[in-house]
Amino acid sequence: MLGLEKKDFRLLLIVIGLTLFAPIILNPFPAGSEMAQFNAGYPDLMQRFVIFGIFAIGFNILFGLTGYLSFGHAAFLGVGSYSAVWMFKLLSMNVLPAIVLSVIIAGLFSFVIGYISLRRSGIYFSILTLAFAQMSFALAYSVLTPITGGETGLQLALDDPRILGAAQTASGNIPVPALFGLEMRASYEMTVGAWAFTFNVGYYLAALILVLSFYMAIRIFRSPFGLMLRAIKSNQTRMSYTGLNSRPYTLAAFVISGMYAGLAGGLMASMDPLAGAERMQWTASGEVVLMTILGGAGTLIGPVLGAGMIKYFENIFSKINSQVLHEWFGFLPDGLENFVVTIIYPFVGKGWHLTLGIVFMLVVIFLPGGLVQGGQKIAAALKRKKTDDANPGASKPAE
Amino acid sequence: MGILEVKGINKRFGGLQALGDVNLSVEENTVHAIIGPNGAGKSTLLNVLVGKLIPDSGSVMFDGQSVLGRKPHEINQMGISRVFQTPEIFTDLTVFENVMIPCFAKRDGAFRMHAVESIFAEKGIRAQAEEMLADVNMLEKRDMVTSSLSRGDKRRLEMAMCLVQDPKLLLLDEPTAGMARADTENTIALLKEIRAKRGITMAIIEHDMNVVFSLAERITVLAQGTPLVEDTPENIKGHPKVREAYLGEAQV
Repeated sequence: MLGLEKKDFRLLLIVIGLTLFAPIILNPFPAGSEMAQFNAGYPDLMQRFVIFGIFAIGFNILFGLTGYLSFGHAAFLGVGSYSAVWMFKLLSMNVLPAIVLSVIIAGLFSFVIGYISLRRSGIYFSILTLAFAQMSFALAYSVLTPITGGETGLQLALDDPRILGAAQTASGNIPVPALFGLEMRASYEMTVGAWAFTFNVGYYLAALILVLSFYMAIRIFRSPFGLMLRAIKSNQTRMSYTGLNSRPYTLAAFVISGMYAGLAGGLMASMDPLAGAERMQWTASGEVVLMTILGGAGTLIGPVLGAGMIKYFENIFSKINSQVLHEWFGFLPDGLENFVVTIIYPFVGKGWHLTLGIVFMLVVIFLPGGLVQGGQKIAAALKRKKTDDANPGASKPAE
Repeated sequence: MGILEVKGINKRFGGLQALGDVNLSVEENTVHAIIGPNGAGKSTLLNVLVGKLIPDSGSVMFDGQSVLGRKPHEINQMGISRVFQTPEIFTDLTVFENVMIPCFAKRDGAFRMHAVESIFAEKGIRAQAEEMLADVNMLEKRDMVTSSLSRGDKRRLEMAMCLVQDPKLLLLDEPTAGMARADTENTIALLKEIRAKRGITMAIIEHDMNVVFSLAERITVLAQGTPLVEDTPENIKGHPKVREAYLGEAQV
């Protein structure tokens, strides 16, 4: 189907299903209930899930396939965001040209950085990309203030010289990004009993692009080009003595993943039309590395899972404060309650990084293949159990 | 005029003259062995042939074209494949994928962006790889990950990866180094079989006299970076100069 093997097509269907019903799946708890704070089905967070999913899918094409660990991919995301906001300022509030431009600019930018960085491999490559990203950050933060808005970031203004479309709405406000009149922030609320679900235009646009990106990634993984990238990761000596020039292959992978990052940046600006230099900082580059490794580098679905997990932690886990904890453990005797809360408190709320760090360590040590490997292990165990149940005694030696 | 013509190669590493005025001619459709004691410059010569080292002077012509200054992948595209001392294969990939990669390199050249075509739809390449694997009796291992192969199978696979490109010249760098007796015999048998079946031109750098005398049709003896003699195996065996420089210590 669609040029995919059966297994890959099933994976694509799963991703389509998950993104389509995400507003429902992510809101399993009734609104207003005590557990409602664990609901992740609000537009802002769902948008972030899919946008960072796209970012991680692209990063995985470089890191997962070729093994080249870039520590500067946030620079391409930032460049994408700036390009999109400039498109809003100068051309139109339609998100389509903005996203297209952000992909193109990020592609050009990654070509230049990749061309230079890929002269080295291993740790030197990582350091070069990191250096370039930090230079980009510094440029955006101070030197290029007229273009990037410096510290405050690039924002829309009431007097933007927009060619197509008005600078202000009839009521004197800044217009919002839209897709042919369909505003990104527009949402449809649906209430089923005690549950409330929000279906947001921006989310569904981003989700559609995620599905397309994911489909493209599968095609690349299963193509001769993808095979060559895996060969580079495996043995560069044999690669060159087989008559293959690894440099253009790695550069192509670098540019493709840079374009994915630019796409994510453009989408981010489309959901909320502003761009700041902090998007290019090294912590942001490190985050996508964590997402990819956490989910499973080199696997198809892993990076999306990793992105979802980290964003969930960042937005939901971080909301648990001491007051919430006291409510939870209120049934315990006072002294014990305080004790338990004191123990748990450093790991939640502002300390969510700590929990994430522990999870990351556990995954890297026990599941080097990431969450995907965990899933595979569980599936294998279930399968074994099923066959054992079907014919008990099969595993025992015959008497 | 041989398919590979090496003329007046000199290479210095600091004060050491690794190669001094080396001339070598490998005739098409022969197995040519290059032997010599440790430090004779065999490996340096090989590295010059595959583009890893650039000599200080001299020329290397392959099939009428100079190989000097070309990168390893360009030299491979000219028709020279190389087998390494320790098999260089794509670990973490399957046996079948390992053989498909050189097929793509042969068909598409050093770089081609086939990013959306499916490898499952490449019927021609798959058939070619399958045929090659059947040829070296590894078809039943096609879906194994190569890191789990035995050393002998790794060698066999590497050979298959070179042969599937149908090279004009196969370079072998001590193909039996560090191998047990049985593995060495197997490798010799494999090489003989390849030679008989495909009539391929080979240049072997080798230490093991047993291997050399059971395979080679021409032998060049290197000593201290200079070719001592070049002759048939029968004549080399009894050559006094060779005895003196090399065989005397090995008691053959």
